[in-house]
Parts: sequence; C-alpha cells; structure tokens
Amino acid sequence: MTDVKCFHSSDPSAWCPGCGNHALLAALKEALAQLDKNPHEVLVCSGIGQAAKTPHYINANGFNGLHGRALPPALGAKIANKDLTVIVNTGDGDSYGEGGNHFIHNMRRNLDIAHFVHDNMIYGLTKGQASPTTQLKHTTEIQTEGVTLEPIKPLALAITMGATFVARGFVGEKEQLIVLMKAAITHPGYALLDIFQPCVVFNKVNTFQWYKENTYTLPEDYDSSDKQQALQKAFEWEDGIPLGILYQERKPTYTEQREVLREGPALVDRKLSPERAAAFFDDFR
Amino acid sequence: MDHNLLIGGSAGQGMDTLSSMLERHLMRQGYHVFVHKDYMSRVRGGHNFIQIRFSDQPLTSHRHSLDLIVAMDEATIEEHLPRLHPEGFVLCDEKLGQKEDQIHGFPLEASAKEAGNPKTFTTAFLGLLVKWYGLDLETMEGMIIEAFHDKSPEANLKAFHLGAGLTDARMDLPPGDTEDRLLINGNQAIALGAIAAGVTFYSAYPMTPSTSIMNYLAAKQNEAGIVVEQAEDEIAAINMAIGANYAGIRAMTGTSGGGFSLMTEALGLSAITETPLVVAEVQRPGPATGFPTRTEQSDLSFLLTASHGEIPRMITALRNPEESFYQTARAFNLAEKYQLPVLLLSDQYLSDYTVTTEPFDLSRITIERHLADEGAYSEEQPYQRYAWTENGISPRLIPGKVSGQVVLADSDEHDEAGHITESAEVRIKMMKKRMGKMELLKQKVEEPWHLGSDNPKILLVAWGSTAGPLQEALQLLQKDKDFPDVAALVFGDLWPLPVDRLEKLAKSAMSIVNIEQNYTGQLAKLIRQETGIACQYSYLKYDGRQMAPQEIVEALKKEVL
Ligand SMILES: Cc1ncc(C[n+]2csc(CCOP(=O)(O)OP(=O)(O)O)c2C)c(N)n1
Ligand code: SF4
Ligand SMILES: [Mg+2]
Repeated sequence: MTDVKCFHSSDPSAWCPGCGNHALLAALKEALAQLDKNPHEVLVCSGIGQAAKTPHYINANGFNGLHGRALPPALGAKIANKDLTVIVNTGDGDSYGEGGNHFIHNMRRNLDIAHFVHDNMIYGLTKGQASPTTQLKHTTEIQTEGVTLEPIKPLALAITMGATFVARGFVGEKEQLIVLMKAAITHPGYALLDIFQPCVVFNKVNTFQWYKENTYTLPEDYDSSDKQQALQKAFEWEDGIPLGILYQERKPTYTEQREVLREGPALVDRKLSPERAAAFFDDFR
Repeated sequence: MDHNLLIGGSAGQGMDTLSSMLERHLMRQGYHVFVHKDYMSRVRGGHNFIQIRFSDQPLTSHRHSLDLIVAMDEATIEEHLPRLHPEGFVLCDEKLGQKEDQIHGFPLEASAKEAGNPKTFTTAFLGLLVKWYGLDLETMEGMIIEAFHDKSPEANLKAFHLGAGLTDARMDLPPGDTEDRLLINGNQAIALGAIAAGVTFYSAYPMTPSTSIMNYLAAKQNEAGIVVEQAEDEIAAINMAIGANYAGIRAMTGTSGGGFSLMTEALGLSAITETPLVVAEVQRPGPATGFPTRTEQSDLSFLLTASHGEIPRMITALRNPEESFYQTARAFNLAEKYQLPVLLLSDQYLSDYTVTTEPFDLSRITIERHLADEGAYSEEQPYQRYAWTENGISPRLIPGKVSGQVVLADSDEHDEAGHITESAEVRIKMMKKRMGKMELLKQKVEEPWHLGSDNPKILLVAWGSTAGPLQEALQLLQKDKDFPDVAALVFGDLWPLPVDRLEKLAKSAMSIVNIEQNYTGQLAKLIRQETGIACQYSYLKYDGRQMAPQEIVEALKKEVL
C-alpha cells in the first residue's frame, strides 16, 4: 500500500464546501493507495464540468479534455500505453449527455479502463440545468415545467450494451465506495461505476438525505453474474436504489483481442524505424 | 510516346480488375503510367470510367483527349466518342458495334463462353488489349494465374488467349526502361508515410475519399504493428488520436471535410494542450454531403481558422503521391517539435489517381521525437507540462515514464503545471507562448515550387493537387509563341504562408492568375491577406472534376490574352 499523501495535489479546490465531490476524491485516493499505485502509473481523464476538475485535485497524470469527450482520449492513451492505469472521472452530463455516443461504444470495446461517473443528477458547472439523469418533474431554470424527458437509466443501458462491470456507489458510503472503486480499477475490461454525488447548490431534490433514504446495499449473497437479475436491479428506483456491483463478467478485453496489443511491450515502448515501411513497397510494384 | 486509353462501363462489370492488371503490366514493362478514375457514388450500375495514360516520359496529370476507348457498354461510346482522337479506336464486344469506322466489335462474350465461364469476359478483353498493344503475353499469363489462383485460373487463361487471338498487334510501342517504380496513389502514400514515421495508432470514421488511408493501414496493421480503430464518429477519432499522442506514441487521424467539421473543437484541444497531432483532410466538394466521389479544393479557408479561439497550426497541401509520403513523415516531426496540430490537405483527385513514382528513399525519413530529458526532474524540481522556456516550447514528458513525475494536460487556460487559471497575466503569457510558435514555423515552411520563367510577365499561383495538371499546362504554354513569359508557383506549405518567392516573382509579373478548384479563390484571398498582393485573373473550377492541362491552357488564353 502506498501512502495516500502522495496523491495529494497542491491545486486549491474550487468545489463548494459540502459538495459530494470532496468525499469522492478522498475515496479515489484511498483506493489507489490501497491498490499500491504510484502517481506516475495512473492517468485520470475527464471532460468538462465540476466533476471533470478531478485531474487537478489529485497528483497523478491527468488529461482534462473537452466537454463530453473524456472517454476517447482515455482510450487513445490506454492503447498507447497498456501499462497505465486509466481512470475516467467526469460528470453525468459529460458521460451520458454530450458524450453519450462515446459511452455506448466504449462499452462495446471493453477496453480496460474504469469510468467513474460523478452522478449529481444535474449540470453543476453551468448552474443547474437538467442532466440526462435528472428525474421527471424536477424543475430548473430551463425545465420550468419540470423535466419531461424520460431519465436515462445508465446501469440498465450499460448492461444491455454488454458492459462487463456495472456498479453504483454513493459518496455517503465511503468504505463501500473505496471497495467498488478498487474492484472497478482491477476489473479487466471497461468498468462503469456510477456514483451518487450530492450537489448541494443546484440539486435541492436529490440531497444527501434523499440518497441516504433511497438507497440500499445489495445483500452479500447477491449473484453479480446473473444478467437478468442485474437488469431488474438496474431498473429499481422508487422502492430503493441498489448500491454495489450489479453485474460483472469476464470477457476478452480490447487489448486481449487486438493482435498488435496482445503481445509485446506497450506501443509507447516499441522502437520504430522508417525502415519498417520498406516491407510494403512490393504492394505497389 | 504518350498514349491515353479509357475503360468505361457500369460498376460491377470488372473494370477494376481489367484496369489494375493492365496498369501493372505497363509499369512492369518500364512505362510511366498515370491512372485516373471517375466513379459515381454507387456500388452497382451508373457510368464509371478509368483513364490509363502511359508514356516513356514521366507523367504528372490525366489528359482530356483519348487514343483508345475500351467500351463495356453503349453509354461509354456515347459519352466519350467526342474525345477520341480521329485516328483512335473504340474496342468493344461485337454486339455494341461492327468493324466500321472507328468502332471495332469483337466476339468477346463468345470467347468467354467458349472459355467455359461468362465471367471471364474481362480477361478476354485483357487478352485483346495486351495483343493490340503488342505487349508481352507471357508475363501477363503469370499475372492471371496469380490473380485468379482461387477463381478458375484455367478458364481465365483460356479466355485471355482467345481474346488475344482476336487481333494482330496494332501498335509498335517504344521499349520501356528498366527503372524500379511504384504505382501508387496519394492516400496509399500517406499511409506508407505514416508507417515510415512510426505511427502505431490510426483512428478514423469512414468518409470518402479519406477511407482508403484507413483501408490500407487496416490491411497491414498486424504486419506493421499499427492499431487501426474505426471510431464511433469523427469527434471520437480525433480525441482518441490526441489521447494517444499525449501518452507518447505517434497517432494520426484522417477524414474529409464533413468529418473535419466535427473535429474542429478538438483541433483547438490539440493546440491548447500542446499535444502534437497530424490530421489528413482529403477534400471533396461540400458543403454538407456535397459531391461524395468528386474533387474540390474548397476547405483551405475553413482550415485556416477551424476551431474557435486563436490557435497555432500548420497546414500543408500535398501536391502528388511522392510528396504525400514525405510530407506525412515530416508532419510528425513538426507536430512533435512545436507541439501543435499539423494538417495535411489532400483531395479526391490526388487520393485516387495512381502514378508511377520513384521508390521512396527511407534514408530521407527521420523520426525526431523532441521529448524531455527524463533525468531532469526531481521532487524539488518537479516536471511542469507548460513550463516557461525561451522559445515557448515546453519539454514534453511521456506520462508514466519517470517515477514521481506526472504530466497534466488541460483544455482550460492553465498555468505552468497545467492547472486551471483565471489569471489575466498567465493568460497573456500562455497566448504568447502558443501563438509564438507561428513565428518559429515560419522558418520551417518550404517555399512553393517555382516552374518556368525567372522573370515572368504572367505568374500563375496554385496549390495542392493542381500541381500535376499545371506542370503539363506550363510546358504547353512555354511552347506557345503567342503566350508571354510565364511562371507558376505551386504551394505545398500554406500556413504559415511562405512569401519570399511570391514577393520576388510578383515584382516582374504584369498579371497574376490564381488557378484553383474552388469558387471563391481561396489561395488568392490568403495571398492578399498575407502580402497585399492581388491576383488580377483567376481560373476557378468547381464542377467536381479535376482540371486537365489543356483546359488550363485554354482558360488562360481566354482570360489573360
Ligand atoms: C461543447 C460544450 N458545450 C457546453 C459546454 C458547457 N458545459 C460545461 S460543463 C457542462 C455540464 C456539466 O454537467 P456534468 O457533466 O453533469 O458535470 P457537473 O458539473 O455536474 O459535475 C456544460 C453544459 C462546454 N464546456 N462545452
Ligand atoms: S455546484 Fe454542486 S457539484 Fe459543483 S462543486 Fe458545488 S456542490 Fe459540487
Ligand atoms: Mg452533473
């Protein structure tokens, strides 16, 4: 186990006092320390939003890209260097809204990255518009009549898209969150961990208390390999929202399936010379 | 000798096989070959044609007038007969025409049937052609066996001989030379250039006419050690490439104008994160879906300012397949040296025509990574991604390579460490740091090709793929006694714009003419913006078809004289 202090960043946080992101960040550092990771071995990618500031607040490699585009650079980086531990920390709007297409297709790729969605069920940074997970009837400055769009059910979507690790955490259950983060990071393949993260300023509906009252932890004997059951759990909402690993299976990862990546050192460690083009001249003779 | 033949028919008639075997045969016999395809945007039917021009002298363009027409259907004859030289011929099946005037019908379908398989029709045609030109039959036999080894080589061989038996040798071609050449198109050359440059990741979303870069790399990925990923969209493709470059490999993406429109936000990401990036933009006529299988040079103005905000970038237009190879490799060295996006601008014409080219000289390619000294950092002296330096280029460290050191890249305005800043002072310094790269690049840009007179009365300016047709047009103009001293400047590097040669030649010129495949004269606008020099005349073509040398000559005579 590394010293958690090595992950502390000197950059002062711009998050509001009481924001769920603080606890989420602490859990992330703790999980990495418990996994014996060093800062230079980890890459945290994000898009834009409050959650997406995470790369600044943790001492690790970071790529803070464009809104909605957290996944593609993470994928590029992991393909370039399969030895990096690549984690995506970004918002619900970033992941499921602007970046929805990348979300869908990266589940199909099953590349070995962990995707932590800071799900505050609102657009925090842009001051409180509805996100894809904002619940029906929730009123905002834009959704003046309340949200009328059916909320996305990210875990159900993930299960149907063939994601190989689908879980939900809550910043109010810190020990459990650390366990879930560790499981997601060590899972071979794409791991989705949707994390309930209260936004104390812009989401007055889904408060810390609301999450506390509306969530429950999956029982110990829950079988996370049962896809049908997982799908049912992913739809549970009004009568309690399950926390834990809903679904997990082992399928070949992107790296394991691509010949160029499967064997040999990471791409970044390969020595290349222009001479490698000579082998192809005959195609044109 | 300069011979131009056209093969015409509808998609799915086997024109491609016929053409590719004949082209290769001509190249192997030591001729210079230039092949230009004109395809409709459909998989079956329509009218398509391929023009094969060959010579004992180097060729840089297609040309308009035809010496022979190989007609697979009636439409080919109707469409192209007006272009046929008075002494030229149309060869076709007997059902399309009899031995009258220029049209020669042969029992080709009958030969295919006799060979035992109607599908050998094109092979019978090939036999007829090889014999007609008096080319070597034996080497072609070998090529047929190779090409049809899993599809009844016997029937094809038989058809080939039956076809050859239908005619005498009608031409007495001068012998070719024994030089080793490659028959390659612009996109294949970009792909080979990427391989030579050490690219190990190519992410793209299919879009004609850029797709064949991805096709070639995908076919070679395991052999070359390249991961080719078909992205979910162009936004993903460019962001993947940026992530991969950030992580330390050489990655690339390619697209056409529509896809590039989607990439523009990420172009700015590459610039502000100072992540090297190479993008190939193979133009087709726009806007929106436009003219998918046709050609145009209409994205230059767009590329000059693509992305919101102000960013440093380099734009280089490719002028022929040879240059597509070398400039792709060079683009990576510049992108990594200055840590910015480099855009390779090609178009459908260049991407699709194949021309015999000197084999690429790999000793001319270097892989210059310009990476940070890994030993330079410690706990007391931590690495900072955007550290201030004299020339504005911060050392670039590969993440994960130095224990205790991390690399933070940020799309927000940031400080030296890469953290978000709101400071006005830091903003000013960072803008100067990034934009200052344009000054450094100005020392690296290559002057345009200068063809023709050193003291021109008429100066032609052009860029990119019009180079080839213009080269031949210039030769024709120089032979024309009515036409005054003429020179051409053909730009490859376009941004920053190299201006020395232009300013020098513009002094003596009485008129300057821009020759471009677009509506608004985008090079002329750029030249005026950067130098104040105005073009008095222009020849602009935007019908989706590449200008041919003779067309340029005629247009100039009309415009300028
Ligand atoms: C292309 C683009 N569109 C819109 C924005 C504005 N924007 C920034 S963050 C954001 C939403 C953030 O919501 P979420 O991802 O849920 O993050 P949170 O702030 O809630 O953590 C929006 C709309 C942007 N930066 N870029
Ligand atoms: S606005 Fe909400 S999500 Fe953003 S920092 Fe404040 S509490 Fe957290
Ligand atoms: Mg949010």
